[in-house]
Amino acid sequence: MGTLTSGKVALVTGASSGIGRAAARIFAREGAKVAVADVHVAGAEETVKMIQDAGGEAFCMKADVSKAAEVEAMVGAVVETYGRLDCAYNNAGIEGALASTAEYTEADWAPVIAINLTGVWLCMKYEIPHMLESGGGAIVNTSSAAGLLGAPRMPAYVASKHGVVGLTKTAALEYAKSGIRVNAVCPGIIDTSMVGRLRERRPKMFQKIEAGEPIGRMGQPEEIAETAVWLCSDAASFVTGHAMAVDGGIVAQ
Amino acid sequence: MADLMQGKVALVTGGSSGIGRATALIFAREGARVVVSDVVIEGGEETASLIREAGGEALFVSADVSQAAQVEALVAKAVQAYGRLDAAHNNAGVEGSSMMTTDYTEADWDQVIAINLTGVWLCMKYEIPHMLKSGGGAIVNTSSAAGLLGFRRGSAYVASKHGVVGLTKTAALEYAKSGIRVNAVCPGAIDTPMMGRLTDHRPHRAAKMASFEPVGRMGSPQEIAESVVWLCSGAASFVTGHAMSVDGGLVAQ
Repeated sequence: MGTLTSGKVALVTGASSGIGRAAARIFAREGAKVAVADVHVAGAEETVKMIQDAGGEAFCMKADVSKAAEVEAMVGAVVETYGRLDCAYNNAGIEGALASTAEYTEADWAPVIAINLTGVWLCMKYEIPHMLESGGGAIVNTSSAAGLLGAPRMPAYVASKHGVVGLTKTAALEYAKSGIRVNAVCPGIIDTSMVGRLRERRPKMFQKIEAGEPIGRMGQPEEIAETAVWLCSDAASFVTGHAMAVDGGIVAQ
Repeated sequence: MADLMQGKVALVTGGSSGIGRATALIFAREGARVVVSDVVIEGGEETASLIREAGGEALFVSADVSQAAQVEALVAKAVQAYGRLDAAHNNAGVEGSSMMTTDYTEADWDQVIAINLTGVWLCMKYEIPHMLKSGGGAIVNTSSAAGLLGFRRGSAYVASKHGVVGLTKTAALEYAKSGIRVNAVCPGAIDTPMMGRLTDHRPHRAAKMASFEPVGRMGSPQEIAESVVWLCSGAASFVTGHAMSVDGGLVAQ
């Protein structure tokens, strides 16, 4: 066990699998008590079990981050259970439909923006007051390499993830003097179930994307999670408002 | 002592004071053997002594990073002393003259570019072959918030630091598949001897500089050093070609 987030309370959304699960486990490995949230209850419960089996402390709850009342209740439950909130990893997201901008339907567009962008804002809206109460905190939002670059046939995803970068910078500036740091992490191609679905749906497009990883391999969820947890730790005390690419060099091209 | 860099050999240029000294000390704290380099011999020797007094292993080698022969000799001495080179923080830099673009002289310009930009390139030129031999490594180059934004009366500094970002991305792409990661760190206003010179060691000027920071204070050298050492560690295994802001929110504005 490490000590990066020793004695802290961390909340992770989208923690039933992939990057969120890895982050929940690494927060726990580094000494934090972890609140695991997702719409997928079975996966969230499994994440909690993994943490407990490793000797950590965690609980889970169901929450749809696109619903204000559910986000408010989620954050309320964390503070009720563990007494405070020090770190939040707002990570829940979906890839959405794959279609060109002109072919995208409103029904395709709305859930992507609601979960990926409005969801991150709602999480911060309810997390920040508790962090202000206890004198500070650290937030990491999951953006994407698609938060810095365009990606054909993913207009809503790209717009939502660019939006997360802008929102992150704005919140960082607003709360910089109040001891709350807000950063975004921008993963490249990571070996998660989301990427598995994309590969199944668009194998050719995906081959091209994968071939574009300068480092020649996909990233692992743990590689993003290590970054998110480090950004939440005191070692990153002067890092705020930053969109950190963890992408094997994709956006450097 | 922690173990982010256990068993590794790290080289730090500009290690006589400020950010370079802090990085050398944190590399050692995390278990690395450290080669400290600078043109300022007394300060560099002192950094090496500080490491040895804390129970670490360090060696000082004097070198001017703008001179190819000296850089080649520096890297060779590091490998001769410790058998390998795993991590390098190419950090030596100067602020140059503070004047308008049209008032800059060629002599002023050449010195800043030679140390801040050509120096970083020369360091990588001689470091990378040794890293390739041992199967990989990690490099962090010191850029600046001035590597991402313009600053009045700092044309050579700003140009050199922007250049470091571009050079970092290029080297990262070239060696991504060879196990060498190359990143840049972009500090904001940091309380270093360089900052002391820029503010003429006058408290009201330092206070004004701090007021540009969204967090309302200058950063400490240690806050940059923590980022550099983390970027060189295995925890950052999927981070390459990235210009990481550690600036209290300065460039998010």
